[in-house]
Amino acid sequence: MGTLRRAGWFGLGLGLAYAAGRALRRETKEEPMQVRAAVTVVEDTGTAYALWRDVTSFPRFMAHVESVEEREDGTTRWRVASPTGTVEWDAETVEDVPGERIAWRSLPGGDVETSGTVRFSPAPGGRGTEIRLELRYDAPAGSVGTLLAKLMGREPTQQAKDDLRRFKQILETGEIARSDAVPGGIDASRTLRQRPARPLEEAVR
Amino acid sequence: MRAVCWTGRNSVEVENVPDPQILNDRDAIVRVTSTAICGSDLHLYDGYVPTMKKGDILGHEFMGEVVEVGRGVSNLSAGDRVVVPFPIACGNCNACRAEWWSLCENSNPNAGLAEKLWGHSPCGIFGYSHLTGGYAGGQAEYVRVPFADVGPLKLENGIPDEQALFLSDILPTGYMGAELCDITQGDVVAVWGAGPVGQFAIASAFMLGAERVIAIDRFAERLRMAAEVSGAETLNYEEEDVPEALKELTGGRGPDAAIDAVGMEAHHASLPLHAYDRVKQAMRLESDRAHALREAIMSVKNGGIVSVVGVYGGLVDKFPMGAVVNRSLTIKAGQCHVHRYLRPLLERIENGEIDPSFVVTHRMALDDAPEGYELFKRKQDDCVKVVLSP
Repeated sequence: MGTLRRAGWFGLGLGLAYAAGRALRRETKEEPMQVRAAVTVVEDTGTAYALWRDVTSFPRFMAHVESVEEREDGTTRWRVASPTGTVEWDAETVEDVPGERIAWRSLPGGDVETSGTVRFSPAPGGRGTEIRLELRYDAPAGSVGTLLAKLMGREPTQQAKDDLRRFKQILETGEIARSDAVPGGIDASRTLRQRPARPLEEAVR
Repeated sequence: MRAVCWTGRNSVEVENVPDPQILNDRDAIVRVTSTAICGSDLHLYDGYVPTMKKGDILGHEFMGEVVEVGRGVSNLSAGDRVVVPFPIACGNCNACRAEWWSLCENSNPNAGLAEKLWGHSPCGIFGYSHLTGGYAGGQAEYVRVPFADVGPLKLENGIPDEQALFLSDILPTGYMGAELCDITQGDVVAVWGAGPVGQFAIASAFMLGAERVIAIDRFAERLRMAAEVSGAETLNYEEEDVPEALKELTGGRGPDAAIDAVGMEAHHASLPLHAYDRVKQAMRLESDRAHALREAIMSVKNGGIVSVVGVYGGLVDKFPMGAVVNRSLTIKAGQCHVHRYLRPLLERIENGEIDPSFVVTHRMALDDAPEGYELFKRKQDDCVKVVLSP
């Protein structure tokens, strides 16, 4: 199971790659891009950590992730939807402290260079668990930054926050909050092109 | 099904739309038997709430019969009669556990949008713009109710629709407005706005022990209702200088507590002052006209409480913060945490302590909703509250 811990966390902040893409277009020598997001959940650190460690749950709360596969060598393979096809990369876990912290980074040769950390700490006064996510993007290879920009929309920080919100919804309520305007649940990239608040024509399930 | 849809500023139409469906395990579908037009629907109708989309189904005051439940709803079954609170709340998060139901942390799928305007997001609300989630509302034949295992109150004693319907919003909202005043023996409470929420705030202030309640409005039929039904004293702000009149009525002290049951589209008897806010609002330099709130702050006694249950959407201008600080005032506010009040208020209705149906002046078919909105907006035909039957 240890291999499952590897790299999964990485997809959460995928959206933030957009910023790296922008940096690439702006300058030849890119500064790394860093993004932070945080959320509090009622569950204890162990429960929150356990859901995060299960990479099969990622497509449920990471808006653009299609699948995560574990490989025999312990790395994970990520498939992410984009308007021009699927983007893929590999990642590995560099630190895994149960109930406290997971850190990861992408492997050389992928479409994206990134690293990140998610930390779980008890909220004061028995208020549950504070989850803090930090993501760092270095210059992406080739034109993938542009591709990711198309994929992720314009608000990488918002995307990371929304992924955390969905994570919280699953953990606390067991489901993703869906409305008629946002039947797929929170998605910052769709904020400005929502359908009206009226029932869908087609059957959903 | 038929549903009341927002089609632009000052325009609603009753349209044929698809029936709602279960989207999550904790959903239920309710066949609506009664629904009402709320004063806050008028803020949407008038175009003062951002993020409305043409075709949005309106309505957050509704009740009816459960026709379908998701797999996660074990406390309700088809055929149950329910009244549904307007805030959508999960029951699991820290806010819900602390009974801050309208601050549910999980029910607004557009939380990111709400954060940009308000700093943090409140709960999702039925039929109340995309800022609060883009949920289809209950002015329709059917409605999808998320977290149906938490919100709907089952009605088992054959209470008529008109007595139960207002548990969905305005009765608890008025009650919370009075509760926020921390009323003690001998207190005098002034209520700005004698619309339906104001009427229930007045009645609740008496239920909670106020010695005197003073209702402030400009419509004679509302003031008459407050006086006749609840025994309030009345002030017509078009005829009297309200702060001076309140001083006179309270021996110079000012009321112990002031309730703002007006909100963002207040009127002012002084034309130039009204025009100032009206123009700034029209130019989007301020989003809300806060005459009533300003007057409540200026009128309440030293150390008094100002309870705000009227709806504000964004920014107000010329806010008398100096009065708040130098006179040690307390401002309390909130969208009603309806779930808290459902059972206690149902008991009060069943005990005969209050019959909320007294506010109803107009009963119409759902198809007549456009006329109902106009009547209510223009206060024509002494309109105080419109109930629609699908």
